[in-house]
Formats: sequence, C-alpha cells, structure tokens
Amino acid sequence: MFQYRPMPAEHEPLHASFTLEYAYTRSTGPVVGRFLTGLRDRRIEGVKTREGRVLVPPAEYDPETGEATEDFVEVGSAGVVQTWSWVAEPLPKHPLQRPFAWALIQLDGADTGFLHAVDAGDESQMSTGMRVRVRWAEETKGFITDIACFEPDSNEARA
Amino acid sequence: MRDVAVISFAQAKNVRDAGAVNEVEIIMPVVAEAIAQSGLARSEIDFTCSGSSDYLQGAPFAFVMALDGAGAWPPISESHVEMDAAWALYESWVKIQSGHADSALIYGFSKASSGKLREVLNLQLDPYCVAPLGIDSVSLAALQARALLEKSAYSEKDFAEVAVRNRANAKNNPKAQLAGDYSVDEILAEPCLVSPLRKHDCAPISDGASVIVIAAGDIARRVCKRPAWIRGIDHRIEPHSLGARDLTVSASTRLAAEKAGVNQGPIDIAELHAPFTHQELILRDALQLKDDVEINPSGGALAGNPMMTAGLSRIGEAASRIISGQANRGVAHATSGPCLQQNLVCVLEGE
Repeated sequence: MFQYRPMPAEHEPLHASFTLEYAYTRSTGPVVGRFLTGLRDRRIEGVKTREGRVLVPPAEYDPETGEATEDFVEVGSAGVVQTWSWVAEPLPKHPLQRPFAWALIQLDGADTGFLHAVDAGDESQMSTGMRVRVRWAEETKGFITDIACFEPDSNEARA
Repeated sequence: MRDVAVISFAQAKNVRDAGAVNEVEIIMPVVAEAIAQSGLARSEIDFTCSGSSDYLQGAPFAFVMALDGAGAWPPISESHVEMDAAWALYESWVKIQSGHADSALIYGFSKASSGKLREVLNLQLDPYCVAPLGIDSVSLAALQARALLEKSAYSEKDFAEVAVRNRANAKNNPKAQLAGDYSVDEILAEPCLVSPLRKHDCAPISDGASVIVIAAGDIARRVCKRPAWIRGIDHRIEPHSLGARDLTVSASTRLAAEKAGVNQGPIDIAELHAPFTHQELILRDALQLKDDVEINPSGGALAGNPMMTAGLSRIGEAASRIISGQANRGVAHATSGPCLQQNLVCVLEGE
C-alpha cells in the first residue's frame, strides 16, 4: 500500500511565496452594474420579480421561475437580521479585524437576505430579529465594500 | 437505460498535510489499486474523467498534470470537471448511457494543505456581491447552522451527536484522518470556532484522492462477483444568492432524491457528504431516511474531507459495502458549493 514518506531533513523542499491571480476584467451588466453604481451614491436598489418579490442584491432572473426580473426599487438602508454567525477570531481577509458577526439581513422593503458583516462589539449584542443599519465606507467607489458593514440600529435602541 | 455498476473503489489515506508528495504521486498508486481490483486492464477502460480545482492546486489547467498519475499513454479518451469527482462519475455514466463507452475510470484529488482552505473557498462565491466581503467557508456554514437551530427542533447537542457517531464509525476506516471516541459533553464544552459551530462540527482539512471504476452490464458481471448497480443518479442546484434560499432545508437534495428513486425501495446504508454536522441533519431530512438506515459507516466527510473527491468517496464507500455483501441497497450523496448549494444523489443496489 502507498505510504506518504517524510522527506529526509537534508532534502527540505524549497518554499516560495506565490499569489495566485486570474487577472480577468468583468463587465457587471445592466442589473448588478446598476446596483453597484447605486452603492457609490449610497443608495441600495433591489429588483422586482414578476410575482412582486424584491431581490437584494438584484439578479437578472427570478431564481424561482427563471423569468427575467423587471423594475428596480430602492430599499431601506436598515433591516432585520435573519441569521448570523459570530467570528471571535477574524481572518486576514475579513472586513473587520475585531470580533464581529456575519449576517443575512432582510432590508426594509426586500424579500431576500443580504449578506454582510455586523460590527456589534460583542456576541451578546447579536440576535436574530434585531435591527441593523448600514455604515457606509468613507469613500464609495461602486463596490459591495462601499458598505463598510452594518451596525446595531441605535434609533431602535433609543425608541 | 443501460445497466451500469461500480466495480472498484480505492482511496488514499486522508491526511492533513501530505508534505512534499505532489498530486500525481498521491493519485498514481490509488489508480493502480483501483484498476487492479477492477479486474479490467488499463487498456480495456474506455473513458477517464477527473474532478479537481485549479484554485486548490494553484495553477491553471492543473488537472492536465494529474493525468500523468492516471496514465495517458497510449492516448486515452479523457474529460475533467472543475467539481467534486462525483460529478465526473455522473459525466462518465452519461457517456456510457450514450453508447460512447462501456467502462470508465473516475478519480478526484486535492491537496488543500497548499493554501488556506477557508479563504480559497471564498473564490467560488458570487464575485460581485459576496466574494469581495472576504467571507470564508466556515462562517457561511455557521449562518446555516444558526438558521437551523432557530427554525427547527435540532439543538447543538444534535450537532455534537453527529460528530461523535461519525468519528466513532471512522475507527473502522483505515483511510480516515480523524477517528476516535468522543463524548457529546466533551464537544459541547469546547469554544466555538465560528459561533454556533465548534471545531468538531467541521470536517477536517485533508489531502487525498479517490478512484472508482464503473462498467456497463455484461462487463461488470464478468469482472465483479457482485457489482453495485447504479439504479438512479441525479443532481440539482439552488440559486447562487444565499439570501434567496431557505438554508434550513435542502430542496435540491430532495428533488435529486426523488428523481434518483431513493425511496422506491428500502435503504440499508447512506453515505452523506456533509462537511458540517448540521448539514447531515438537513440531508437526512431531505432524503427522508428512516431511523434504521446506517448513516456514514465510513465516518463520512467528518472523518476526512479531501476537496473535489470526498463526494466521490461517498459513492465508493457505499458501493464497496454492496460489493462485499454487507449492504444491499444504499444511497450516496455529494455536495458542492456553500451551504449545500448543489447536490448529487446516487442509488446503488446489489443483486
């Protein structure tokens, strides 16, 4: 039977750092492109299916029926947490380098969950059903990261 | 439809880091073992199909190099899927159904140890709205796990029980990476990796390869005493937008199971490709498995999860138990993508 053999110490394999990149340029198209351009202007737009469901982020087709989606609709910049996970030890590519939550957020006026990070400080501050609000990046460029993250909706806390 | 059966299965030992052993060196002995066991000569196998990922290997068209491990001289008829090799088996099954081949060699492999798997898997996500956030595979699964905890009767204790059973089953699997006796209390006392998932809820990161040989009707009967006949095979996919799905159920598995005819007869064993404990619970429900079905006698993906071939191994593990006579009718499942996005279901039976 095949056995993995450790290399003898005098033949340590050579190591070199290597960043794998595929330098593709993508066209975002009329639907995702419009959504990303909206983010640059600090506006979140979804798209309506023929059944009237609002998809955020928008898609060119209704995932249920395959039909083309129709009108764009602006949705709120705040919404409700549908589910979440808590990252105690962020990875280098995570958007926040302190403990934070990932969440699917149903924005006001939308029918689907929108994935993003929530800067809640502590896990005890997170719960399904809580309201969160967008925190925009200082500079917006037409990328999903124009939303820096979400944060617990302090208006609700005061109310 | 032509009768097609699994006649041979072999796999490399799943290890966390194969070190300087490269993909070709991992594949070659496993291919040799599977062919020897099949009773067919290499030259008698009509078609070869593999599953692997350039992103794991770190080079474009990396699967071409791996062909050295499968043997491509004299020239062979060959194809590849950038998916788990369970889908390479599906392609091979279609090829045989179409009459363009009577037998096929299928292999899958990966060395996840070459990169940071949680980050590499980010690259399979929607490149506009999801991947740039930097979300990793465990964080995504944890979103699904919490949704299940909050919308079903399952608890974290149920998750831990899945881990305990799989790791205990793996003690009988010499190719397993993780096996042993754990207790539910011991697991629940551990901190979360990404809440609500603990390390024990997650499949290990593995290097490995597995190989299956399939053959049509008379060939299978000639070389194999008790072939594992593929009675049904189907795969389905769900929307790529996670927030457009109900993560607490697996609609695609359920549909694939119906099309493959899972419940058209009694099931003895199920080999489910669930890289996270909560996903096994979702899959059991989607497949409508009865309580007496033995689930993951091999230990499943929680005992070893080489990317791009852990799904093929599920088919192999189920088939080998039918070939040996331990089981009569089994179901094997493979998954791909985040949170059980795409699922393949295969029904296998002895005669």
